[in-house]
Amino acid sequence: MFEYGSMTLAATTLPEESAAPAAIIDELQSRIRSMQATKLDSRLLPTHPALAELLPGGGLKQGAMYSIGSPASVESSATLLLALLAGPSAAGSWCGVVGVPDFGIEAAASFGIDLDRLVLVPAPGDQWLAVTAAIADVLTIVVIKPPRQASEGNLARLSARLRQRGSTLIVVGSHSAWPQSEAMLSLSQSSWTGIGDGAGHLTARQVTVTVSTRAGGRPRSARMWLPDPELRFARVETPQTHLRAVG
Amino acid sequence: MSLITRSMVLWVPDWPILASLRVEPLRVEPLPANAASAGATDAPLALIEKGLVFACSAAARIEGVQRGLRVREAQARCTDLIVRPYEQQLDSRTFETVITAIEELMPGVQLVRPGIAAIRSRGPARYYGGEQPAGLALVALLESLGIPGARVGIADGPFTAEQAARTATSAYRVRVVPEGASAEFLGNLPVSLLEDPVLITLLRRLGISSLGEFAALPATDVLGRFGPDGAHLHALAGGLDSRPIVAHQPPDELDCVVAFEPPLDRVDQVTFGVRASADDFVQRLVASKLVCTTLRIEIETELGDYSERSWLHPRSFTASDVVDRVRWQLQGSGEVDSGLRSGVSAVRIVPEVVDAIGNHEVGLFGAGPDERIHNGLARVQSMLGHEGVLTAVVSGGRTLADRQKTVPWGDRPLLPRSNLLPWPGQLPLPLPATIFAAPHPVFVYGADGTDVVVDERGRFSSAPSRFSPATGKDPRQITAWAGPWPIAERWWDAEAALNASRFQVVDDRGVAWLLVLTRRATGSSWAAEARYD
Repeated sequence: MFEYGSMTLAATTLPEESAAPAAIIDELQSRIRSMQATKLDSRLLPTHPALAELLPGGGLKQGAMYSIGSPASVESSATLLLALLAGPSAAGSWCGVVGVPDFGIEAAASFGIDLDRLVLVPAPGDQWLAVTAAIADVLTIVVIKPPRQASEGNLARLSARLRQRGSTLIVVGSHSAWPQSEAMLSLSQSSWTGIGDGAGHLTARQVTVTVSTRAGGRPRSARMWLPDPELRFARVETPQTHLRAVG
Repeated sequence: MSLITRSMVLWVPDWPILASLRVEPLRVEPLPANAASAGATDAPLALIEKGLVFACSAAARIEGVQRGLRVREAQARCTDLIVRPYEQQLDSRTFETVITAIEELMPGVQLVRPGIAAIRSRGPARYYGGEQPAGLALVALLESLGIPGARVGIADGPFTAEQAARTATSAYRVRVVPEGASAEFLGNLPVSLLEDPVLITLLRRLGISSLGEFAALPATDVLGRFGPDGAHLHALAGGLDSRPIVAHQPPDELDCVVAFEPPLDRVDQVTFGVRASADDFVQRLVASKLVCTTLRIEIETELGDYSERSWLHPRSFTASDVVDRVRWQLQGSGEVDSGLRSGVSAVRIVPEVVDAIGNHEVGLFGAGPDERIHNGLARVQSMLGHEGVLTAVVSGGRTLADRQKTVPWGDRPLLPRSNLLPWPGQLPLPLPATIFAAPHPVFVYGADGTDVVVDERGRFSSAPSRFSPATGKDPRQITAWAGPWPIAERWWDAEAALNASRFQVVDDRGVAWLLVLTRRATGSSWAAEARYD
């Protein structure tokens, strides 16, 4: 309600000295988008606290799309996906996974995803978009691995449907760069511990999770345990350097 | 005495044995000595329940086998005894045909238990001109069904009639106890016929050994001492069995058969043809206040092919669910408009498990969110087929593929192995988040560029330092590794045997992999089974 005032205010304080019309349009669009984001009465899903701090708005929003991985990196991270699903699933939401035949079921269970409320559609074939829409009608979180790039019109329809139904979509795989995504999560600098040269076994991993948002702005990133030796997701505690005034 | 129904009871001696022989005849080799007399029913046969003899044939009884013996004891007494497990369902099911045949002759049959049936005798007696001819007609009917040795007793009340049937001899197979003579007839019979072990023991200790002596006790005293159950047995002993005969109700015919003439060879045509019948099927169930939770669909084609499958439903079948199941069964994994191998001539829909409709009523405010989820997923199933939508369970086993099982939405998970057992040899936690549906073949090289080989005893030729997919593209340096972890399962079964060595490796990009070297009779091969990403 109060946003109307701020919008007119924003419109009046438009910088008039901008030269190129394209730049003005970009500027205006990004401003509209950011205001829409604040105007939407978007409820948040219970997200894992380690990831919630990085996501725009402080958690997974209902009715929004998120992408994991970028076309540049070859492997998208299934553990990051599980970390996103773990919070809502533990809180009683239903999750659907479409087009991911490689989904590690036991790993999902060990990270706290309730298998009773997990639905898998490993091979949707050509009807993947229709299946995703049908499942998004009834489940809270849907994961989709698109086999190819979808057309702009189809994506717009899908995102409208998601907004209406209030389900969250997570897009993974190499065709996950959808322009409608609220945020893009990616993973880098992964380092495993517990394994040596012929000894030990994998116990824990530290990664850097980077979240870049649609509205632009600086990507936020954090060093994270994914998972830590107790199979939890947590921020890496960096040793604090205390400066003390001397002399 | 107008309360007591004049009853006719049919008793087939050794019915469990007869039923077992009718379903599965004995294959008796004709012995040279008694080839002529080696009828199938003469073989010594015993049915076993919980390790004890439940019933035995006449030939076995002659050898000294009796009910309640242990199997070993019975086999010691009769060395050529044939032993079969006792199946109560089989007993009831085969007697059902006898009941149907009797109902064609005389209406109003009550099934007391398999082998014993009771009928009101008034109607048949009037029709056949007397109780004795009516009984003989019944015996003749059973002879024509191939059941020899049936006995009939006719008396006041079913209890007395049953005792009369049991005392009938093989020469006079119908025994009629005249009206009002029941007490006299029962008087000399032992109290053990009352089938109440506690009461029988007590009566014996009180010095009462026959039914007549028990019946002579004052009824009020018996009621005071033994309660209503004792009073009922006291009435039975006095020939005052007031139980009526409740006619057997044939179960409603709920099956639905759709015949196609001429046979249809397209899936969409068949499903369209089934649609109206499916509506009718569900409505008939609703009219009997039932819902179907498990359905069997049988499909016959004109070439004589036959396919049958049971379908489960998490709640209950609606008409469109039934049509969906028919379509899925027809199309298998094909498309909706695909042609069939041969024309479908008949579809039969049989409710396997039904439940009272009251247990499945939708609440006043709907059945909650699960109902909505189920409907949505059923819609996806009708797009992709029954196996298109899955739920997952963790099963028991050592390999990753063994441990995760998927079940079509709506089906009940059946776990061949328990996941509660410790399963030594499974992978340590954390588990890989990506498990390849089909393992990718890889090459693994040592530092010197040769293939890494692991022998039966777990010795490996060199430490793995590099691996690449079988295509040779995108090779990865190995920065850390662990293994080999051997796994050898079911070596006694050539089909299911598994002999493999597992390695965890971390590549130069920080991605960890599970590489498995599988040894087979034809040679060994490396594959990437899972990725820790």
